Amino acid sequence: MDEGATSGSGRDWFLVGMRGIFSLPAMILMLSFVGFCAFTAQAGFPVEQVVFMTGVVWALPAKVILVSSILGGANVLTAFIAVTLSSIRLMPMVAALVPEIRTQKTPTWLLLFLSHFVAITAWVFAMERVQTVPREHRIAFFAGFGITLVLANMLLVAVVYQFVAEFPPLVSGCLFFLTPVYFLASIWSSARHPVIYVALVIGLVAGPVFFWIAPEFDILLAGLVGGTLAWLAEREWRGRREVRP
Amino acid sequence: MTVLEGWWAYVFIAIAGWLATDLWRWLGVLAGNRLREDSEALNWVRAVATALVAAVIAKLILYPTGVLEHSPLWLRLGAVGLGALAFFIGGRKPAIGIATAIAVLAIGLWALGF
Repeated sequence: MDEGATSGSGRDWFLVGMRGIFSLPAMILMLSFVGFCAFTAQAGFPVEQVVFMTGVVWALPAKVILVSSILGGANVLTAFIAVTLSSIRLMPMVAALVPEIRTQKTPTWLLLFLSHFVAITAWVFAMERVQTVPREHRIAFFAGFGITLVLANMLLVAVVYQFVAEFPPLVSGCLFFLTPVYFLASIWSSARHPVIYVALVIGLVAGPVFFWIAPEFDILLAGLVGGTLAWLAEREWRGRREVRP
Repeated sequence: MTVLEGWWAYVFIAIAGWLATDLWRWLGVLAGNRLREDSEALNWVRAVATALVAAVIAKLILYPTGVLEHSPLWLRLGAVGLGALAFFIGGRKPAIGIATAIAVLAIGLWALGF
């Protein structure tokens, strides 16, 4: 948005962010959390631990790996390594988001605090909508959305835990499938840079290829190798277009 | 299957869950703070972040856990394929693609007796 649209206080934009809880991405994430809740309830996890995990870990894939590690009897170091390897993607995600939301005056401690609320849904949502928010209010907007989304899901997990253990398989199957399908559709529709399309397609192929070659580091390698290939290809293509009249 | 009990469960989750994820988020802030919004380096970071997320998506579709572990691969790929087709025909609205994919999956699972 342009300079003329910088109306409203930080508090107003925090509230606009909070209202994001009623958006399609937030709804889908909450349905995915119901699915995760069913998974932990069936495994016999105490509800207090599931709520705690939702607040402090937040990223859903990391929690699935953490729960699987605990169920498999892994010690704390093994579980730490498994979760941390699966969460490396959070670093480039946060690194790509930070230049979009900060201003010259944004303190680093605030960014460090708010980075906790980054997971795939909040990232996709923020990268998609932040362009419509005046730059000086982007931090307030993201904080409103991110904090509300985490608290709402902690509450959701605490409330629905009692009811989810006996879901019909058809329902749990569809709940699980919502996550990948939603990520695909929203990343494609919200992409503002051509490199995103190329990286999405290459990443989809590179994921399974590296799972086959090096299953321990598949996500990491798919990101680094696939992402670099996508970047090179898009830059080459961009360069050629600029040379032509 | 084991479930942890008492205070140790929370320490375990804090170390293997909280620290293991926030570590990368903090490094992301420090790296992102050095990137200019229009730089080629940020373009590369964007590509890597997107490819990483795409790899997670592909794994969720190809190697799901829970109920879908027992569903045929052709059904999951068919659901995503038809969802993508509807998405592009329907003016790239996420809701159209998502609803189509889930509907195809639900009908398929039902027909297979899930």
